[in-house]
Amino acid sequence: MTGVAVQLTGLRRTFGTVHALDDLDLSIEPGEFVALLGPSGCGKTTALRVLAGLEDADAGRVLVGGRDVTALPANRRDMGMVFQAYSLFPHLTALANVTFGLSLRGRAKQAGRAAEMLELVGISQFADRYPHQLSGGQQQRVALARALAIEPSVLLLDEPLSALDAKVRVQLRDEIRRIQTEVGTTTLFVTHDQEEALAVADRVGVMRAGRLEQLAAPADVYLTPATPFVADFVGLSNRLPGTVTGDEVEVLGARLPMISPSASPSVTALVRPESVQVTPDERGEGRVLTTSFLGPISKVTVTVGDLLVVAQVATDRLPALTPGTPVRVSLRPNPVAIL
Amino acid sequence: MAGVIARRARRQRVFRWTVLSVLGVFFLLPFVAMVEFSTRDPQTWPLLVDWPRLSERYPALAEGIVASLSQAALTALLMLVLLVPTAVWVRLRLPRLRRLIEFLCLLPLTIPAIVLVVGLAPVYAWVTYFLGGSSLTLVFAYTILVLPYAYRAIDAGLSAIDVKTLAEAARSLGAGWGTVMIRVVLPNIRSAVLSAAFLTVALVLGEYTIASLLNRTNLQVAINFLGKSSATMSVAVSLTALLLAFVLLLMLSLIGGRRRRSATAIEAAVPVPTAHKEPAA
Repeated sequence: MTGVAVQLTGLRRTFGTVHALDDLDLSIEPGEFVALLGPSGCGKTTALRVLAGLEDADAGRVLVGGRDVTALPANRRDMGMVFQAYSLFPHLTALANVTFGLSLRGRAKQAGRAAEMLELVGISQFADRYPHQLSGGQQQRVALARALAIEPSVLLLDEPLSALDAKVRVQLRDEIRRIQTEVGTTTLFVTHDQEEALAVADRVGVMRAGRLEQLAAPADVYLTPATPFVADFVGLSNRLPGTVTGDEVEVLGARLPMISPSASPSVTALVRPESVQVTPDERGEGRVLTTSFLGPISKVTVTVGDLLVVAQVATDRLPALTPGTPVRVSLRPNPVAIL
Repeated sequence: MAGVIARRARRQRVFRWTVLSVLGVFFLLPFVAMVEFSTRDPQTWPLLVDWPRLSERYPALAEGIVASLSQAALTALLMLVLLVPTAVWVRLRLPRLRRLIEFLCLLPLTIPAIVLVVGLAPVYAWVTYFLGGSSLTLVFAYTILVLPYAYRAIDAGLSAIDVKTLAEAARSLGAGWGTVMIRVVLPNIRSAVLSAAFLTVALVLGEYTIASLLNRTNLQVAINFLGKSSATMSVAVSLTALLLAFVLLLMLSLIGGRRRRSATAIEAAVPVPTAHKEPAA
């Protein structure tokens, strides 16, 4: 199966005085996995629901495979959708849930196709169970199988992992990516979890107030954010005062390249914790305030004068960085965003 | 100390049984009296279960029974056809109207039947003009009368499921609105629909005021007439109607009970799968 291209052009949607979508343009390549990321109320779910036909746009067009589907109702758009809330039909078994969409299309060999889909999502042993007999993760797997069974032209995932616990979330996230790669369906994934978006998507679209701030590969969104909002929203950033000198900004004595030029000489630079290096030094200007163990990587908060600077260090360095330790703080010359 | 506790427990037991006995006598005594009275004529009960003879001897009663049963069935049908799609639509598309619809549906409960009839009389002049004077036209009035009970039952059923998500899931899979209603919503509110239908039947079988004042026939009107000519038969039919309503309400509570029990049994029997039981990625 090969995917189709999706284009959202000039989408507008207003709820009362709130502009959920404000002239949104988005293009998804055939077979591509795009994640829409943004804070609550930024319009990402509305964009997905407009594409699904579950919400009407006030203006704009929705093109799927070059065909204008803006006026088509949801049931004729040929899209598979997995919802945030558990959406399996409670009165049907897992297998019957997956067969539901197929039966509406009058497809022969429904049971065979449904069983194949349950196999694909690794849950065929629970085919005869009812939704209330399945865990949250298992229910979302069945929902994914149900959405894929109809061979949709586009797969829509509306925060399907947000109700699951951390371990299952990571497992299922990787499963979704594996399955999407296998079936090749064009996929739009909406999430507010940046780690999730960066981990699975071919491209990540960061949304704010109904508009796309940046649509790029995960590494580009993280390393070269297009706007201060993206830099601030994606990943953790230190907000440090800096002085602009030509194309560079001087922060804590280091000269760093700027992602975008600034007209003002005094600015606030957004510096990633992994760009901050801390080294124990008796004559250092900083003092370790707290440390947080996060597995192989740990977080160290350092005070430098009135400033709080968060650094990311390898956990094996933690014993040398106990609270109160004097440290020298230096910055790697990675490009920084300016507020 | 143990003696005080034992004495208190005994006192509570005596009190419980006394209350239960008094209430039991209060409710059962009229039934016993009805049974006793209706069996004074040994012909009454055999005649009641022999439909051809009953309809020959008491044609008005037979007509009342048929009218009431037809009214009950049609009212239940009309109520479901009107209320279920409306309640679902309000939840899906017009959630802001929910309070208003609830208020409108509860209105008949606050208006006495006699006042309702005063309002309905001119309307029924038109109903008679267009549809004739059949007792089945009472179905329209009864549909309004049962709204408070039926709406509550259906609304409770819809509250137990996430109608919006289920409907949207079905729509995205290609289902039209008819399929959504028949294959997704109705199977999941089956017991609520049954509750609403049973309540409707019980209410319609016991309705007298509106039928009598609008000069229509139903079971209660027929019983009232019959009381003047054959008191024992009138009491026997009343008792049967009461028992039928009682059986319907009993079935209602049994459905509710079975649903609760089966949900509990499933939870107890099926170990809730936890995260570590997830198949490996």
